[in-house]
This record gives sequence, structure tokens and C-alpha cells, in this order.
Amino acid sequence: MSGVAGGIVQFDNVGLRYGTDREVLSDITFTLYPGSFYFLTGASGAGKTSLLKLLYLAQRPSRGMITLFDHDVITLPRARLPEFRRRIGTVFQDFRLVPHLSAFDNVALPLRISGLVGEDEIRTHVHDMLEWVGLDQRAEARPETLSGGEQQRVAIARAVIARPEVLVADEPTGNVDPDMALRLLRLFESLNRLGTTVVVATHDVHLLRKVPDSLIMRLDKGRLSDPTGALRYPPRRPLAPVEADR
Amino acid sequence: MTPLARARRHSRRFASNTLGAAASRLLPQTRLSGPMPWVIAIMSALTVIAMGAGLALANLAANARAEIAGGVTVQVVEADPATRDRQAERALALLGSRDDVAEVRRVSEAELAALLEPWLGAAAQAQDAIPTPALIDLRLRGAVTQSRLDELSAALAVVAPAARVDAQAGWLAPVFAAIASLRWLALALVVLLAGTSAAAVWLAARSALGNNRDTIEVIHHLGGTDGQIATIFQRAMALDALSGGVAGLLAGLAAIMLLGRQFAALGSGLVAGGGLGVLDWIAIALVPLAGVVLAMVTARLTVMAALRRML
Repeated sequence: MSGVAGGIVQFDNVGLRYGTDREVLSDITFTLYPGSFYFLTGASGAGKTSLLKLLYLAQRPSRGMITLFDHDVITLPRARLPEFRRRIGTVFQDFRLVPHLSAFDNVALPLRISGLVGEDEIRTHVHDMLEWVGLDQRAEARPETLSGGEQQRVAIARAVIARPEVLVADEPTGNVDPDMALRLLRLFESLNRLGTTVVVATHDVHLLRKVPDSLIMRLDKGRLSDPTGALRYPPRRPLAPVEADR
Repeated sequence: MTPLARARRHSRRFASNTLGAAASRLLPQTRLSGPMPWVIAIMSALTVIAMGAGLALANLAANARAEIAGGVTVQVVEADPATRDRQAERALALLGSRDDVAEVRRVSEAELAALLEPWLGAAAQAQDAIPTPALIDLRLRGAVTQSRLDELSAALAVVAPAARVDAQAGWLAPVFAAIASLRWLALALVVLLAGTSAAAVWLAARSALGNNRDTIEVIHHLGGTDGQIATIFQRAMALDALSGGVAGLLAGLAAIMLLGRQFAALGSGLVAGGGLGVLDWIAIALVPLAGVVLAMVTARLTVMAALRRML
């Protein structure tokens, strides 16, 4: 089923409740365009993580319609979810690193899951990526021996290693110093310039100013507001060129 | 050029349903520290013993049947020794002339006395101390049926009115029935042990699923399929089952050897027929392999069923 023309993600009147509690998200409607950079802001408990869970297909909504890559994911058979998840990179708020795997193996996981890359190529990519996030020397370290900031960088490297079409990051700079936060943001921008749609949930207002072309979505008590017009209008900057292999 | 620019986009297609060599690292290495290998070892040892006993009983029954196949005993029950001897000789002559009789021989007085000695002691050796029937041991060609026995009895009645005819298999029928029951019992034990092993694997797989739920969720979120996740568990269970199965096989073989030696020491002709052949040993050696297959199938079905309840 097709969504809005040109949109990579579309939410239409989406609501989410856990069990019989009140809705944590209500009447959420927006479209994300390919190659755009979005910040999702809002106070703690506003529903940012719940919205991201819907985006990275960890949760089905209670009502409404979600279109992802031109497919209605509400009625999508469960067996087809993995192929959509492989197109989305996720940085979890709690990192979710596999505790008994090294930093190297954690970052390599998406490539190994895809099964398309040989071990030699994986080794090169992963070491490049770990070097990029400043952790090449800690490649063999287990998550428990890494600091919070290091774990976050491993989580980010894992999310971007397979060049996802959409990157969803939940408070990705929450545990790192300002310098590393800026460096990670530049990493997201690099990915964005290559055509990836980036959605970063944060409550850090200073971060928003660091990416001038970004669009802002604000959540307030489970409802979405639109301070930059991102939800009503297409992005204000030209979309990144569509790659041949997409 | 950044690592991102160098990286190819890998996420769209599916090339493999496994995670390759890395899969073994996705679950914590708890081998031999958990109960699974030990449970499988005990189950395998019991299966090997039950299977060994069942096969030995089958061989024993088959050998005994082959040995007494066509076997018939003619008793001339006559108190007067002269009449008994005369009738026995006539019966022997008649049986020797028949085409359907493959072998015939009269059991000597000495053999009879030796057979009776355990019960009668030295008295059995005394000439005519106790009147004993004359025995003729014969082997018929083809299957021994009741109609053939009746026909033989009728023919003998003409020359030896005191002759009684019995099929040897008839005497051992209760023994064969008991052996058949024991074989079924051994088979039932093997099936029960397989079921118990499957249940143990089911419990272990569910426990492992619970303990590794976070890892499973991460693999799901990264685009891992149920098949890939099930393969990880399947492989771990197979390794546990293999190590337990081999240990169980060795323990079971030791028990079979010990029991075999003790039975052999009985010196009984019937028991001597219960040895194990090459094919039997091969079948027993395949027990760990069967355990591995059972564990893999059970683990896969259990994990796939549990994963279907997750998003």
C-alpha cells in the first residue's frame, strides 16, 4: 500500500496504548521524507521512545496506519518484518549491546545477520567503523568493561554499519561528553548526506542548533506538535540524491 | 572517505538463514555447567542399556527358534522295558523311512540319566530304578503344524501305541512369550526415554530462551529472522546433546559389557544365544546421533513456537 508521494515513513492518525492504560500516543500524523534529518523532542514521558518503537517496528500501534517504504506495516505478515528492520538502523536508549559479545562482534552483528558480507569484508568495515567512533583499541572489549559513553558509541556504530535507509536514535548523545556528542552528530550528518533519513530523539535543546537544516517534531503528552512545519510541508532543503542501489 | 561511504548497503536482501560461525558466540557458553548434557548423558546411558537388552533378547529368541525349528520329541511311555524298547525301535524305523523327517535319533539311556540326575541324584543311574520313557529326537522338514503332528501321531500309533508326540517349540512357548514381553518392554523404555529426552530439551530450550530474551530481541531488531535465532539455539542444544550422548554411550556400553560377562558366566545354552551382532553394535553406537537429531528438532520447534509469540 502506498503512502504519501515521496514519503519514506508515514504515520496516519496513530494511537498507542499499553494494555488497558490510557493512550501514550494519540492522533500522531506525519510524513518523513528520504534524506531528511529530524529531531524528535519532548519532555521525559512525552512518548518519544514509544514513537520510536513504532518506527523501528518493535511495537504495533493500537490504532491508525503506518506506512514504511511504501508498505502498510500494520497488516504486514510477521515473517516479512525482518526485511524491513534491516533497512532501519536503531540506537537504543539503553544501548542493548549483547553482553557476551565483544565490541567488534556487536558492531558486526547487522552484517552477519544480513549474510551478504564475507568475514574479511566484515573485519575491514567493523574496524573502520570502530576507528571512526574512537574505539578501535577496544574492539575486543566486552560491553561490561566499557564506559557508558563507549557503549553508546558501539551501539551507534552497530546501527550505522549496514548503511540503513532510516536511522532511529533514542537519546544517542545522552552519555557522552560534548565533544563526542558533536562527533557523533557529525557521523549522523554524514550518513544523512549519503541519503539516510535520520530521526534523533533528544531532550537536549543545544543539540538541535548543531544541525541547522534539521526539522523538529515535538511531542507533548503523547501528541505531536510541529514547530518547524516539518509535518505539514516537505523538507525545506533539497532531498539527498537517490542512490542507484536504493 | 568515511567508513559510511565505503560501506555497501547490505540490509535489503537475505542471503543466508544462519549467522555462520559467529552464531556459536551469540549464546553464553554454559556447556557442561548446565544440566542439559548430564540429563542427556543419563538418558542416553539408559537408552543404550535398554536397547542392548532388547536386541540381546531378540537375538536370543531368534537363535532359540532357529535351533528348535522343526524339532519334535516322541516319548514312548511304557512301564515294561522290553515293550518300550520294541516300540521305540519300531517308531525309530518308521520315522527314519519318512521323507518329511530330516533327522531322527534315539536319546540314549546315558543321556536320559544325565538329564534326570539333577533331580534324582545317583538313583537316575540305576538301571530301571525308575521307569523313564524312551525318547526319540527328530527334526521335521518345514514348519511344524498341529495337523502334521496329528498325522505323525496317527502313523506312530500303528507301530508304537505308547508313543506321544510333542513339538519342542510348544514347551518353550511360555519362554518365548516372556521374551517377547521383555522385548516390548525394552522398546517401550527406549520410546519413553526418547520422550523424556525431548521434554528435557524442551525445558532447556525454554529456559535458554528466557535467559537470552534480550539478545533475541536485539537480533530481531537488527533484522534477524526466527530461523536464524532458532538455528543458534538448535546448534547449542545439538552440542550439549552430542557431549551428553557420547558420555551416555560410553557408560551404557560399560554396563552392557559387565552384564554380558555375568550372563556368559551362567553357561546356559539359551543365554549364550543372546549375544549382540555387528549391526546391533552399530545401532547402539547411533544412539548419540539419534539424540542429537532429537535435540535439534525439539529445540527448533520449541524456539520457533516461542518466537511466533514475539513481534
